[in-house]
Amino acid sequence: MKSIRLVVLLAAWSVSVVSWAASLDTIVITQGRDNPTKVAVVPSRMDPALGSLPELSDIVGFDLARSGDFAPIDRDDMLSLPSRPEEVFFRDWRILGAEYVLVSQARAQADGRIALEYHLFDVPNEREMATAVVIGRRDQWRDIAHHVADVVYQNVTGVRGAFSTKIAYVLAQNAGTSRATYSIEIADSDGERSRTLFTSNEPVMSVSWSPDAKKVAYVSFETKRPTIVVHDVASGARERISAFKGINGSPIFSPDGRNMAMVLSRDGDPEIYVMNLADRSLRRITRNRAIDTEPSWTPDGKRLIFTSDRSRQPQIYQVDLATNQQERLTFEGDYNARARMLDDGNLVYIHRSNGVYHVAWQDMRRGRVVPLTRTDLDESPSVAPNGAMLIYATQQRGRGILGVVSIDGSVKYQLPSSSGDVREPAWSPFMDPLLGQ
Amino acid sequence: MFKERLTSLIALTLLSFVLAGCAGQDTEPQPQPETPEEPRDATPPATAQPEEVADFDDMGRPVDPRTGRLLDRTFYFDFDRSNIRPADLAVLEIHAQILNRNAGKSVVIEGHCDERGTREYNLALGERRSDAIRRFLTSAGVSSRQIETVSYGEERPEDPGHDEAAWQRNRRAVLIYR
Repeated sequence: MKSIRLVVLLAAWSVSVVSWAASLDTIVITQGRDNPTKVAVVPSRMDPALGSLPELSDIVGFDLARSGDFAPIDRDDMLSLPSRPEEVFFRDWRILGAEYVLVSQARAQADGRIALEYHLFDVPNEREMATAVVIGRRDQWRDIAHHVADVVYQNVTGVRGAFSTKIAYVLAQNAGTSRATYSIEIADSDGERSRTLFTSNEPVMSVSWSPDAKKVAYVSFETKRPTIVVHDVASGARERISAFKGINGSPIFSPDGRNMAMVLSRDGDPEIYVMNLADRSLRRITRNRAIDTEPSWTPDGKRLIFTSDRSRQPQIYQVDLATNQQERLTFEGDYNARARMLDDGNLVYIHRSNGVYHVAWQDMRRGRVVPLTRTDLDESPSVAPNGAMLIYATQQRGRGILGVVSIDGSVKYQLPSSSGDVREPAWSPFMDPLLGQ
Repeated sequence: MFKERLTSLIALTLLSFVLAGCAGQDTEPQPQPETPEEPRDATPPATAQPEEVADFDDMGRPVDPRTGRLLDRTFYFDFDRSNIRPADLAVLEIHAQILNRNAGKSVVIEGHCDERGTREYNLALGERRSDAIRRFLTSAGVSSRQIETVSYGEERPEDPGHDEAAWQRNRRAVLIYR
């Protein structure tokens, strides 16, 4: 059977690191799928020269487990601990019911970097599915692990893994007091390695990623007025791109990265605009006295969906940018807001029912509305780039936490924070440099 | 006495304007009130009364000139609404008089919401609340140059709690004098 052999470099995803105080706690998995695939992630054989590093199989196994599709086999149950292909005896893994087994070994290179060689096997068919040597700096150890988890996920499910992505979110500390601080944080998709991109004594909100994952846009009140800032993640360079009178809100990059949809109330009430980022020219999209806000792009970049209360209560609308034709998309309930369109054309948004705000999924062909979450005060759903899961903000015992739910609602986990209120998560686009674009 | 009667007359006309404005909030353009011309012309005699108490305390906070007591600067709203409560009109009228007498003073009106609902929609709702106060003040003769509005949506709660009482305290507009 054909095996893939790759030698790859992890490009630096370096950042203007301000602080390393973790703002997210360990993930709590609250709901899983029935019959997940049994996978054995064997502990990596480590070159003694590498010293102490977190166990790679723990990071990979936890990535796979929280996807809901996999049940990693406990290390204590393993009958052997192979690290080379010739050490793999399929009988040992069939006994345990493992359908896949991953072995790996890490060695220190002369230049100080780490080379991790892995092999993924299909146990029932006794064949190697994938192998590669992944090279990265010591501080990229977790990137290497997430990359390996992505490889396993894609080989088994056929869907590209999103473990190498990042989550941007807002951390609010001491909100409602005179000591309130607000920051933009960026963490790995498993909540680890959080760090602060920007901190202010005034609110920050509405974080979104550029499609190349190099920049984030957000609303900052640092001038005591809402302004839209574009922040380069690697260099730390900040650019204020919209500071008109009134609201400057809801910045969101177009799928091609050339334009940004936003909300401005400079003409009296909130309207949707599209800014050409090259020359900063503005095109006004909506024109009425109602609230028009929370734009986001359809995957083809040809339309915007947005929230409007032109029918008295907030509902989701769509506007075709070529014809300016507008169409209402939601009809169930009296509060539907902040929608995102999935690649298949279906919607996720915040839906109020019996006074409870939760994330709902809407089948656009049949109009069916399905609640995905059972919590209250849910906000800001943001879909992973592979469309498998979405992250949202909710509350637990009066504290803002992040929650993740699979698009079919069957898998749920939480990212709590003991540092303060975390909210407005934005899942980054794909950013694993190993797989390119 | 003339002044008090005038004040209640203005309050009544503005009350009807505010209520009408709220009922038709997203159908047609807001009706422009016809009455403001009257109070604007009628204001100068009020400033001519030399025995009045100062409009501000020594920390620059507005006071009720008749009683010398600190004037309320926070006005609360009903859930999902942006119309001024009738009970607040009299105090807002005093704010209008103070701003009319002190053309060098300006005010920032902050609009705020409770945490329920989405954040950017709440930013828009907070702007509606600060706009409602701004419209009241300009119809009472205050120059629009003296007024700025800013919405904070649900981002700066007055009360960090998560119950009805906290939510009520957070649905507000705040006047900040400068």
